[in-house]
Formats: sequence, C-alpha cells, structure tokens
Amino acid sequence: MLTKEQVEHVALLGRLELSDAEKETYATQLSDILEYFEALNKIDTENIPPTAHVLPIKNVFREDKVSEHLDNEMALANAPAKEGNSFKVPRII
Amino acid sequence: MQFNALTAHELHDRLAKKEISSVEITEAVFKRIDEVEEKVRSLVTQTRDKALQKAAEVDMKIARGEKIGPLEGIPVLIKDNMCTEGILTTCSSKMLHNFVPPYNATVVEKLKQAGAVIIGKANMDEFAMGSSTENSRFFATRNPWDKERVPGGSSGGSAAAVAADETIYSLGSDTGGSIRQPASFCGVVGLKPTYGAVSRYGLIAYASSLDQIGPFAKDVRDCTRVFGTIAGHDPKDSTSAEFAVPDYTSFLTGDVKGLRVGIPREYFVEGTDSGVKELINNAIKKFEELGAICEETSLPHTEYALPVYYIIAPAEASSNLARYDGVKYGYRDESAEDMVTMYMRTRSEGFGTEVKRRIMLGTYALSSGYYDAYYLKALKVRTLIKQDFDRAFENFDILISPTAPTPAFKFGEKSDDPMQMYLSDVFTISVNLAGIPGLTIPCGFVDGLPVGLQLMGRPFGEGTLFRAAYAFEQNTEFHLSRPKL
Repeated sequence: MLTKEQVEHVALLGRLELSDAEKETYATQLSDILEYFEALNKIDTENIPPTAHVLPIKNVFREDKVSEHLDNEMALANAPAKEGNSFKVPRII
Repeated sequence: MQFNALTAHELHDRLAKKEISSVEITEAVFKRIDEVEEKVRSLVTQTRDKALQKAAEVDMKIARGEKIGPLEGIPVLIKDNMCTEGILTTCSSKMLHNFVPPYNATVVEKLKQAGAVIIGKANMDEFAMGSSTENSRFFATRNPWDKERVPGGSSGGSAAAVAADETIYSLGSDTGGSIRQPASFCGVVGLKPTYGAVSRYGLIAYASSLDQIGPFAKDVRDCTRVFGTIAGHDPKDSTSAEFAVPDYTSFLTGDVKGLRVGIPREYFVEGTDSGVKELINNAIKKFEELGAICEETSLPHTEYALPVYYIIAPAEASSNLARYDGVKYGYRDESAEDMVTMYMRTRSEGFGTEVKRRIMLGTYALSSGYYDAYYLKALKVRTLIKQDFDRAFENFDILISPTAPTPAFKFGEKSDDPMQMYLSDVFTISVNLAGIPGLTIPCGFVDGLPVGLQLMGRPFGEGTLFRAAYAFEQNTEFHLSRPKL
C-alpha cells in the first residue's frame, strides 16, 4: 500500500496539486494497480533485451538547414499571457 | 436517398457521374447531425461553413470536367487530438479547451490534399485515456445502438458518428485499442495500422511508442481507401517508416482460399461473453467455408500484456504531458503568485481524474528506485509479447480473435473501477505492444448490440487483413445493419 507521503512525493514530481480526498483515492487505486503488476515477476527476463520501440530505426538525421517555422506572433497566439515578443509567467525567483 | 448513409466509394461513383454534388452530400450530413446529434453527442466542434465552402470548390472542379480522387468532396470527421489549422483542437480536455493549432497534422494535410471535406472534430476520452468516452471533460457520447450504453473509447465520437451516419468516415487514434474497441461497440470497421505506417506529426501525444492514427469506415473498401491516403513516410515524424504504399484496393479479391488463419487460444479464456464467443466461432466457420485453413495457435505471454501496457503507456504519458504548464497554450490557473504553484494548480484543474491517475502511475513507475522493477521489466516482457507474434506469423497469415470481451457496457458500469475499465482492452493492447496492424469488422449482434471480429497481421501486412476482411464482408450482411435513432 502506498503511503500518503509517497503519493505526495509522486504528485510533486508530476507537478500535480492533489486534495486530501484525491490523495486517498489515488493511494488505494495505485496500490491495487501496482499489485496487479506483480504478475510480471512470474517471468524470468534476465537475458531478455528491452523493447522501447518496435521499429528498427536508429538516429534519424536530417540536413541542418533552415526551413519553415512559426513566426513570433503565431507562436504566441495561444499563450495564456504574453508581453511584447515573450511568454509572460509568474515570479520565478 | 439519404446520401449521408452511403459509403465513400458509392458517393465517389455518383459524384464522378455527376448524379449528385458534394454540397448535397455535405448538406445531408449536417441535416443528419441536426436531427440526431442531441441523442448521440459525437462532435465537439462543427465546421459547417468551411465544409460547405470546400464542397462547393469540389463541385466547381467536377463542373469543369476535372477528374476527382476517391475521397474528394466526401465528408470526414477528425478525432479532436489531431491538429487542425485554425480549428479548435481540445483533446476533450479543459487543459486545451481554447487551443487553436497554427498547423495541420500530416494526416489532416494529406486529407486536405485529397480534397476531403472536414465537417468537424470528434469527442474522445480526455487525452485519449479511457475506454468509454466517459472521460471527456465536455460530455459523454452515447452508443447509437443503445443510448444507455457507451460507444467505447477513446475514439468514441469518431465511432459513434460513423455508426449514426453523421459522417461518411472518420479518423481516430489507437494506443491500446482506442479505434478497434469503439468500432466493435458501434458496429463499424476500424483499423489500427502498423506502428510507423501513418505519421504521428500533429497527433497530440499520449504514449508515443504505441500511438497510431487510423480510419473508421462503413465497409472494408472505404477503409482501404482512407488508409491508402493517410499512410506513408513523413520526414516530420522520425518514427515514421519508409515503405512503399501499395494500392490496397488490389487486395479486395473476395478470395481467401488457402489463407492460413491462426486462432490464439489465450483469447478465448474465461471472462469473455458467451454470445461474443459464439459469434467468433461462427466467423471461424465462415472463413473455413470460404476455403481458409483455420487452426488453433498460442500467444503464451498474452496474460502479461495488460500490466505491461499499464506501465509503458502511463510512463510515456507522464513524460509527454509534462508540456502542459500553462505557459505556451491552453488553460492557466491565474491565482498562483509563483511559477511552481502555477504549474501545479494549472495541471490539477486542467486535467481530469483519469489523466491525473495515469500521470501519477507513470511518474511512479519511472521514479528513482522503481525504474528497473516496473518500466524496464515491462519493456523486457514487451519483447516476449512481440516474439510470440513473430513465431505465430511463421505459420499463419493472419490471427483472429474477439475485438473486445463484451459488447458495449452501460454508463457508469466501470467508471468507478479503473481495473475493470482497463480489462475491456485486454484483446487489443498486445497488437500495439507488438506494433502490428489490427482490423476490426462487424461479425454479428448479442442482444441487439454489435460485436467486432479482430484480424491481426504481420507488420505492414494491412493488405492481407483487407483481403480476409473483404471476403468475410462479401459473404455476410452484418456491416449493412444500422441503428434506429
């Protein structure tokens, strides 16, 4: 069973602010799901290579040349807040 | 004649003969939407004016005597996780409720070049996470066959709209079954292509090593035409494969004599509805009647696919969804005075319950001290699942199974229990993990609810799936049934 502290730690890593009710629900549900994952321990995978990706593709390169790109106005068009040519954000330091 | 009830190939033939116009087809589609959308609720955005304008352009072209392509002037609905320039693209999430992309996804660009008439955007589970479309932050889509039941998910809007004749065909995306399961629940044809066959550029990412875009259609011929249009290498997607796209309609011979069909015994275990099993057995008999050789086979690691998927997909999702920070686009919480609090509140309010659950799960699986036990372990078992298929395809041309263990379930039946909801994808997720193509076609009804037959093929073996599916379709009438709305 995940503890409340573990849930809070994971939520912070995932940048999620959770209510106490959510913390409790997720602690129970995630514990159930993690228990279900235990099934995988039945298999010996000592000498099995991992598959992160099914295609035999490696290092897809392209020529380093300028092509079409969004202009400043388009790039900022969906910003919740902007100032001049920049995204506007709350205080960082 | 109800033009909206016809297939794309029937409409194309009539357009080419100048019997009807694209404007008439498009008007028929919107008339149908006006009549039934209140009951079905499959669209989050309608683009009526743009669609009619495009249709009029195609009609002008026909009037000038120019030749038109197979999808030209035909209405299509796009799942709301594919970027459409100048058209709202929300992922059915509060996080992107106001997002208007400045560019088109490659599939959208390809459809536009093919002259398609885009009628709007389809409802979905938020960020494609779900199996019922109940996780849409806007509203639930209803199954046109029974309004008390879900259409499946996550591409529920795309599936329901085709079944309800609100569009001629549609696009969806499939990470663990999100095209095939709703196609099965709604009684339409749905294809999850080989990983890398269709560009993911402009598809809002959920789990990048599993996501693929594919078509929903009213019959197999339409499915081949749409897939042939959207498939192919794209330099803008580095995971897109270099392969020659054949003329998939050439596989529609109606002949399956000598085709070797494998039936994986692990897909007929307990928990599957007995009515579903009976229909799949009938389908096997039909293939044998048509001259295919059907034999039992085994995919021994099948039982591990679900836990592997629910480690890998949330892990990739937790990373992909890190970009939603309230800075560049979408929702932002305005109450926070510092940056980190702004991130945290934006994400907590912007994302729904299931999305947050998967971010939590994925973040945990990737976190320090647990990476080897969960994520790396899952990647290794993924290799074994893929090897099962490699071995099976040494002896068989295709494999068949139920698409989902049950017909459509009722609203609320599984929404409080994530594990029960996840189990509805038990027959579809292995295909994503192995990167192979999966096609679902209607194969009958249980208590008036449609059931899908899943056909699985070798990587880039979509042609063989179309060949088998077409032969089945030519000798059955399940695909011709329509819900009464």
